[in-house]
Formats: sequence, C-alpha cells, structure tokens
Amino acid sequence: MKFSGGDLLMRALKEEGVKHIFGYPGGAALHIYDALFKQKQIQHILVRHEQGATHAADGYARATGKAGVVLVTSGPGATNAVTGLATAFMDSVPLIVISGQVQSHLIGTDSFQETDMIGISRPIVKHSYIINRAEDIPKIVQEAFYIATSGRPGPVVIDIPKDKTDPNKKFEYKKPKHISIRSYKPKIEPHPGQIKKAARALLSSERPVIYAGGGVVLGNASKELIALNKLVKAPVTNTLMGLGSYPAKDKLFLGMLGMHGTYEANMAMHHADLILAIGARFDDRITNTPALFAPNAKIIHIDVDPASISKIINADIPIVGQVKESLGALIKEIKKSKIKIDSEAVDHWVSQIKEWRAQHGLNHEMWKGAKKSNKILPQVVVQELYQATNGDAWVTSDVGQHQMFVAQYYKFNKPRRWVNSGGLGTMGFGLPAAMGVKFAYPKDEVVCVTGEGSIQMCIQELSTCLQYGIPIKIVNINNQALGMVKQWQDMIYDKRHSASTYQNSLPDFVKLAEAYGHVGFKVTKQEELAKVFKKAFALKHKLVFIDVYVDPSEHVYPMLVAPNGSMKDMWIAKDKKA
Amino acid sequence: MKRTLAVLIENKPGALARIVGLFHQRGYNIDSLNVAPVFDGSYSRMTVTTRGTENVVEQITKQINKLIDVIKVSDLTEGSHHEIEYVLIKLFNKQFNQTFKRKLKNLEFQVIEQDNSIVVLGITGSSASVDSFLKALNNKSFIEVSRSGCMGMHKSEKHLTI
Ligand SMILES: Cc1ncc(C[n+]2csc(CCOP(=O)(O)OP(=O)(O)O)c2C)c(N)n1
Ligand SMILES: [Mg+2]
Repeated sequence: MKFSGGDLLMRALKEEGVKHIFGYPGGAALHIYDALFKQKQIQHILVRHEQGATHAADGYARATGKAGVVLVTSGPGATNAVTGLATAFMDSVPLIVISGQVQSHLIGTDSFQETDMIGISRPIVKHSYIINRAEDIPKIVQEAFYIATSGRPGPVVIDIPKDKTDPNKKFEYKKPKHISIRSYKPKIEPHPGQIKKAARALLSSERPVIYAGGGVVLGNASKELIALNKLVKAPVTNTLMGLGSYPAKDKLFLGMLGMHGTYEANMAMHHADLILAIGARFDDRITNTPALFAPNAKIIHIDVDPASISKIINADIPIVGQVKESLGALIKEIKKSKIKIDSEAVDHWVSQIKEWRAQHGLNHEMWKGAKKSNKILPQVVVQELYQATNGDAWVTSDVGQHQMFVAQYYKFNKPRRWVNSGGLGTMGFGLPAAMGVKFAYPKDEVVCVTGEGSIQMCIQELSTCLQYGIPIKIVNINNQALGMVKQWQDMIYDKRHSASTYQNSLPDFVKLAEAYGHVGFKVTKQEELAKVFKKAFALKHKLVFIDVYVDPSEHVYPMLVAPNGSMKDMWIAKDKKA
Repeated sequence: MKRTLAVLIENKPGALARIVGLFHQRGYNIDSLNVAPVFDGSYSRMTVTTRGTENVVEQITKQINKLIDVIKVSDLTEGSHHEIEYVLIKLFNKQFNQTFKRKLKNLEFQVIEQDNSIVVLGITGSSASVDSFLKALNNKSFIEVSRSGCMGMHKSEKHLTI
C-alpha cells in the first residue's frame, strides 16, 4: 500500500502514540489537514491563535511526560508558534511543532507566507528538520519524537514544504526498526566513582541541603528522590520548576528557594556545608550573586545535560546522567556505605532551619484570619483554592505575582501537578496550558491561576474551551495592575508606575466569560471566596471564570536583595530586610 | 586565551548555521573558521578558533556537543597539536620585491601564478606566523589576500575520528 506524504505523517504520528494535535490551518498545511480529516484516531483541537496551540501542547506534555504535538501553517502560523517554542525550550519540554512550508521550488523567492522557520526557530529548539523527500517523513517523525523526549528533553520542529504532502504523490511507509543517530547518544550511565564520592560527601556532611529542580519532574525521579531522603533525611528545597517532585507536606520540605523562595530555604542554602543539586541549573533567579553563593558548601551536581554542570557554579562532584538512574545508583551506594551520618549534627541543622522558619517563614494560615478587612489578600486566594481543591488539583499559572503566590502557598505533593513557564516567564501560558492538561486528564480538576494582565494575552482560547467543552476553572487574581512590574517600580523606581496600570480600562471579566459561553463570578470580599470556589467546582461541566479583586498594593516576599546580594540577603516585607 | 577546537559534524543542510548561530547566541567569538566535508562526505570537519577562559571554553565545547548534528568536539589547545593555515595573496610583480620576500622568510610559499604584471603566492604557516606576516604588510604592498582560517589536528597518538 502506498501513502501520500500527509498520510505518511498521520500514520507516523499514530505510531508515536499521538492522540491530540493542537493546531491552526492555512494554505501550506492544507494537504496535511486533509489527511487529518480522513482519519479517526487523532483528534485535532482548533485553537484560536497558534501561541495557544503551542502552550496547550506544552501543558499536555508537562502533565504527561509525552511529547505534545502542534500543527501550524507557514509564515504567520509558524511565527506565532515561536513564543511557545521558546517557552518549551527554556523549560526542557518535549514538543513537536509541525509547520507547513511553501512549496520547495518557491523556497527562497519571498513567496506568499514564506518564512524561514528553521532559521527563526534555530536558537530555541533542540533540533529541527526540513522534509526534503516525502518518503523520509516516517523516519524523521520517529527521530523527532526520540530527540524531543530523550536526554534533556526539548522542542523539535519539522518543517514540511507543501509539495511533500501532495495527495497525488504516493510512497511506501518505511522507517528503520531501530533509531540510531551517530551524533546523538543521550543515554549516559552515571560514573560509579563519582557516585561513590557523592555518597561519601553526603553522608559526611553536617549541614546538607537537597536542591531539586525541574529535572526531577522531567526525569520521573520523584520516587527515587523520596527514597533517597528516607536514608539521608536532609532538608529539601525545590526550584519553581521542581515543585511537587518532593512532597510539600513532608516535614523536611523547605518550600521553594530563590528570588521569591522561603526565608528558611534561602538561609539553608547559604549556610549549608553540602548542596546536592539534582536536575537544577543554578539559574540566576536562584543563586543571586554567583560569587557570594553558598560560601561553605561542597556541591554535588546531578544532571543529564553536561552543559548545565559547572556553568554558573562550579560543581565539586559532577555527575552526568539521567536523574532517575543516578539517584538509584546513589541510593544503592549509600545503603552499602559504612559511613554513619552524624545525626546529632544534622538534627541541630534541622532545628536551626526550624528557627529560621519561625522567624520569617510563610504564613499558610492567612485564610483563617483577616476576614473583616475589606481587601482580599492574593495569598489568601491561593490558600482558599488549596482548601477548596484539597491540594489535589492540576494548577497552571501565568507569570507575575500570582504565579509566585501559587508557588509559595499551594503545597504540591505530586510531580507534574504544577505547570508554569519558569524559564521564559511567558504571560499567556496559563489558559492554553490548562486546556492541554485537561485533555490529558479529563476527569481531574484543572485550575488556571492567572492575573488580569496575563489572561488577556491568550484570552481568545476561551472560545476553544467552548468548542471542545473544556471545563477548567480560571482564578483571576485581579490586582488591577501588572503587579510584578509595579512591585519592582515600587521598590526600585521610587513608585513611578510607568505603564503598569490600566486606568480603568479592564474588561468586565464576568461578562467576558459569559460572552464566550461560560460562567463568570466576581469576588470582592474574602468571606465570599470559599463559597464561590465551592459553587464553581460544583459546576463540573462548565468552565468557570472567577474574577477575584485583590489588594493591589500587595508585594511578593521574601525577595532576594539585588544587585550584589547573596542568598541570605532578603527583603521579607516592604520595609524590612533580613 | 586563544583556543582551537576541532569539530566533526554531519554534512547536512543547516548544520554549519547551527554552530555559527550557537557562538553568536551565547556571546562567544569566532576568530576563524575552517570547514569542509572529509572522507565519505557524510560529515565535515571544522576548526574553530575562539577566545576565552578555561571555563568559557568548556561551556562552548559542551554546548557544541549538545547540537544534535555534532558528532565530536575536541579542544586541541588542551594538548599538543598542529595548527596550520593557508594564504593566497595576489600582488603586482613590482610589489614582489626584496622587502616583501624578506617578510616571507619564516613561511613556506609557492608561486602559483605569475605573468608579466601579477604574481599569486600560496603561503603556508602557523596562524601566528601568518598573522605577523600580514601585520608587517600595508595596503600598498599587495592587491588582495584570502586566508583559509586555522586548521588543526592533535599531535601523534591522539585522534579525532568518528
Ligand atoms: C509576554 C510577556 N510580556 C511581558 C512580561 C513581563 N512581565 C512579567 S510579570 C508582568 C505582570 C503580569 O501581570 P499580571 O498577569 O496581572 O500578574 P500580576 O503580577 O499582577 O499577578 C509582566 C508584564 C512577561 N513576563 N511576559
Ligand atoms: Mg495583575
């Protein structure tokens, strides 16, 4: 049997287990769309903007660990996918973006809707392909999925000139049984000597901290991390991307670290004598001034990407390997080892951390008090949401203060439940990402916590949600400002709010939700919050938009002092440095 | 510090752009670049010279290695190695005088073309000697010049092959 290029593509995608494609059609992609129409196994979700497609597929990928798939047309379709590609690239998310391209003979002639997608996307993809021969489609699709999902995952672009999917040109479906790419061998065994050294260092430390990042989530190594810490009993902190990889309810959990990390997590990092970094990359939002970072700590760094090791902070014991395998090896080594942890010293360390928490830790009980004040605190919104969902929802967010409040106050106990754009910080991510998560887990509660700024960057996807019946819940922490920008202006620019407020131009979000065919609620008093959440979550088959007006003057604290600060230098309130 | 990297890379469209793009993207300099397909033509070998501290160059090699099309990278500067460069230079016969020839004395050269007005020389030497030769000239001493960029290879037992 012979297939057109479009049919080859559909079959290749099915063989990769694809069930959903998020996309938007156009001229150069029409042959592919016709092939899509003629099959039944893959559902196409028509978004309202290609950026929405990329974030939806990205959310799907983050929630499942499988590659998300996007289909767009050439030119503007492709360029609209660029922000989503960069978002996925920065957070190492496996994504396949298939872009239509003008016909091969038109490439390079400035033809209608021609854009060099390979060139434009080059710095923000793990790899990219242009299809030169239709019969290569199965092989290339197979390779693309392999590359996107293995090693350090990332997005892959497949650019397909229109003539390569011509329905009148047919080919056999052929692809190699085994993938072998001589220039790409992502499976790396952790070095046994390094594992030994790491075990020794860890067991001999007196003030250890485990600093676990998104790599633990991506590498499905949460179980191993928990098992390791059953042996070591070290305090654990998560990066923004790592939240959920270690259960927040565990008493050794310190919360998030970094720019808006908890006081105790940042203090622990600064004073540690040993830091075990796992799938984390010492991002500038973590380390503060690198030269002042953790002055007394020996650093063990496990990462699948050798380029992440000793990039910012020199690792004393580098371990290159899959996080899961490396932790497995480390656990074995520790069980074998005769070195006894100085538990007295570690206990002392843990109680020191407790003291820090008692001094300036986050207050997770704010929702219980302050009901009489007429302004709702944004932190309380997150805490009430946590109560309303039993801490068990999939939560996506956008970018800004609301994102940090979720990271601080929604206690994630399971990996992948927390879906946000950490590396690129892409406003507009939250709503489409929540759609993607809901497609992956239709029975689960999926909540998008957003801000009135961010939500307007992909608000058009509310229409997609109606078309496909996607009953997510949207919690708009409405502080009537680009809050995070305004916070910086308060702190650094003497309260000059340049372009960070809307001067009474915000839409009525309840009416807006209703116009899109959904349900909207507005909340202005704290005592209404719990009730409204209850009502909203009871509407199982409806998308509910909950617009919560909060105190616009609230800031996110702690906040690392910059420039020239270390991790122990924090603002802990508007007028208080610690 | 000057560094010389040798890279084996798949001979695919766009592969070179990925390398060049990466240098730009990450804020590294390319001082010279030499590249051509070798062996069966399925891959190319390139020599890149750049500058940076040990840490920077380690980052560069790791980042290059991450590119899917890159088969191998080696920092030649870490060990003893050969570095050589080829230069084509065209001048008027009258410029090819004793002063000029004296400047050539540390370099190997061939006369590739000569007629009654023009001479074209092919010069071989280390990049450093080529640099100092060219520096000693001024724009009145020749017509045009083209350099291959540095080519490198490990000395003796050490190899870079696929
Ligand atoms: C696409 C994009 N543009 C600009 C920014 C810069 N930025 C970061 S946070 C922020 C404010 C976000 O406002 P809102 O969504 O209302 O969240 P809030 O901080 O008020 O909670 C802005 C503009 C960004 N992260 N992404
Ligand atoms: Mg806001």
